[in-house]
Amino acid sequence: MGNLMYRYDTYDQATVDARVEEFRDQVRRRIDGHLTEDQFKPLRLMNGLYLQLHAYMLRVAVPYGTLSGAQMHALGDIADKYDRGYGHFTTRQNIQYNWIKLDQAPDILADLAKVEMHAIQTSGNCIRNTSSDQYAGAAADEVTDPRPYAELIRQWSTFHPEFSYLPRKFKIAVIASETDRAAMRLHDIGIQIVRNDAGELGCAFYVGGGMGRTPMIAPLIKPFVPLDQFITYAEAALRVYNRHGRRDNKYKARIKILVHELGKDEYTRQVETEFAHLLVQNIEPPLAELERIKAQFADPKFETGLSDDLDRSDPDFALWVDNNCVRHKAPGYIAVTISLKPIGGIPGDASADQMRLMAGLATQYSFDELRVTHAQNIVLPHVRKDQLYALWQALDDAGLGTANLDLVGDIIACPGLDYCSLANARSIPVAQKIGQRLAAKEQEIGELKLKISGCINACGHHHAGHIGILGVDRKGTENYQLLLGGCEGADTSLGQITGPGFDEDGIVDAVEKATELYLNTRAEGERFLDTYRRIGMAPFKEALYG
Amino acid sequence: MKLLTGNDLKSGAVTWWDGVQWSLHVGDAIDVGDHADTILARESAARRVNAAYAIEASKDENGVRPAHIKERIRALGPTVRPDLTLKPADPAAGQWVI
Amino acid sequence: MAEAQFRFRDDEPVGDPGVTVDSFGDQSNAAAVRLEPGDEARDLLPHLDRIRLIEINFPVYGDGRGYTAARVLREAGYTGELRAVGDVLVDQLAFMRRCGFDAFAPEVPLDPADAHAAFDRYSEVYQTAADGRAPIWAKRHG
Repeated sequence: MGNLMYRYDTYDQATVDARVEEFRDQVRRRIDGHLTEDQFKPLRLMNGLYLQLHAYMLRVAVPYGTLSGAQMHALGDIADKYDRGYGHFTTRQNIQYNWIKLDQAPDILADLAKVEMHAIQTSGNCIRNTSSDQYAGAAADEVTDPRPYAELIRQWSTFHPEFSYLPRKFKIAVIASETDRAAMRLHDIGIQIVRNDAGELGCAFYVGGGMGRTPMIAPLIKPFVPLDQFITYAEAALRVYNRHGRRDNKYKARIKILVHELGKDEYTRQVETEFAHLLVQNIEPPLAELERIKAQFADPKFETGLSDDLDRSDPDFALWVDNNCVRHKAPGYIAVTISLKPIGGIPGDASADQMRLMAGLATQYSFDELRVTHAQNIVLPHVRKDQLYALWQALDDAGLGTANLDLVGDIIACPGLDYCSLANARSIPVAQKIGQRLAAKEQEIGELKLKISGCINACGHHHAGHIGILGVDRKGTENYQLLLGGCEGADTSLGQITGPGFDEDGIVDAVEKATELYLNTRAEGERFLDTYRRIGMAPFKEALYG
Repeated sequence: MKLLTGNDLKSGAVTWWDGVQWSLHVGDAIDVGDHADTILARESAARRVNAAYAIEASKDENGVRPAHIKERIRALGPTVRPDLTLKPADPAAGQWVI
Repeated sequence: MAEAQFRFRDDEPVGDPGVTVDSFGDQSNAAAVRLEPGDEARDLLPHLDRIRLIEINFPVYGDGRGYTAARVLREAGYTGELRAVGDVLVDQLAFMRRCGFDAFAPEVPLDPADAHAAFDRYSEVYQTAADGRAPIWAKRHG
């Protein structure tokens, strides 16, 4: 592995290794009957092991979405050795395996530990994997790399003794630029690293966002927490939640409900009181620890004097560059998104061979580094422009050259009823049909974020889609509601339901009608979302139901 | 009719009570009538099945058909990966689910 | 009063039954009190000098309010016995110990070998809590 990301020291490794042995012991006690399923369930969930429709499913944490080539290679090997040759990258920047055997799960965790990975707290009512900006460390617009802060949160939250039996799951995102690429305000805690008037870095805390059945956008509760106090502030925010969050109703147990019911001001007041108390409890790691972590995320040794020119004579390549590549902070470099959304494919799925190929390409072309995005794609963050064509050819040969980032074919979809025991309807077939129906028009349509969830838990982020689709169960058959106008980012908004739902073919027709209306109505330079915001819901209702 | 289904404790595979043991094939499932709770308690305690429960189903000339689509998907496999279902050679198998 | 199966103290256990937080204020001689998940631990802070045993009840293991209650009491300087009672399972023991519990009275007795393995499982910890253990960051920058 390279030196551009966090590497475990003996303390980190000992912790993860101890977890493997603990889980091995827990599995043994389950299989020999010392633990009932009711007792075992919370234990396996805290190791990311679910029982899904067809088998056990293992969710592996990819902290803040960052992977080395060796880690991605290991994920591919695990898919072959313990699963059925593929994995599914999720909207939480993690990877899930769908066909896991209980008695092999400890061995998988042991294989993960060898490459400094784990499945700790990828489920359960605890602090989950911290997500971040997929272009962290590469983005031209960031004030700093947000990942060291996320890593500090990872360590603080790992086996946190007070916060492992919260009222409900708890998700944190950290970003460091004005453009929010991590849906930060739709998290339980969203942290934006900002610079104050004195030029110092600090944390803006947004608390109480989320999707699910009651979507809410997190309010700002503290605009600036100094870097040597932010873990303490997070501890205070969590403690108020653990003490007062609702435990009488699972559907009202997320922190967004507490913040909403108390009111932002009262919640903030309680956090401030707790914060003042905790500041003298010596729970904040010293700044030297943050500096130690930051040093490991130092920029790679970018070549200087490189040209920013690209040979765009191959039109397919040029299209891919325009769609899938974004500006890098270093001259001569570019950040590349590998689409896991081939037309008609399963969003977010990658075969073991594809994973190993991407791992190799990362080593060869991107300083050994990859990112998982919350849109279920993979990023090679630091690619030299003079090597971009060669990279694209290798991707294209492997079916990984789809040029559709943020287009209608770049659909976010949860696993849905094909895999998930919570789902009410299938998501993937709908994504496949929409992708196929609109493939020919997607360049003309331009940016259109379409997101599909197979149930109200909203793993597919349907509230935040320019077009959102929610699968529901209507008297035993699958039915799909359409939402318009959702958006994550600095101008976060929640989608509104158009009206009565549709069957599977009907929802594909409905999406097409909505895009037709947009194409016929848009003003110069307007994206789908802009047109919707300008003309409102009524014309869309007319087109859909009139 | 009433069927019993669950997952194998170790492999996680979907299984169906066939009157003697737990089968991978829904077609083997028998109507348990009023005995669901008794069988479930015994089999769960013996760890021959995990997270088992009773469901409604019907039986016709094509065999056993669970009433709910979720159970039909469990019985076959993911509709989007026919190669990974119990009937990889039958491209029309997915139609049975819907 | 629930008998402790595991106890990390040398003093004589308090034999009195723990009274409820509500009645505690009226019973000026009570030395033991029992906290339920919805009780406010900070209500006890004015009386800590006369309390020798606080039982914190976990009616169901998934209700984690007792962890916060325990830490709040230790942070306030309480040095008496802090006993976890109720639905206390093997895999919660280490977390409870870190939050300041020093006695454990599980409703269903635990396998002693499993329990001791759980207490000793993690040689390193990432956070400051109520057990006085040095977090990893302190060792890194010692």
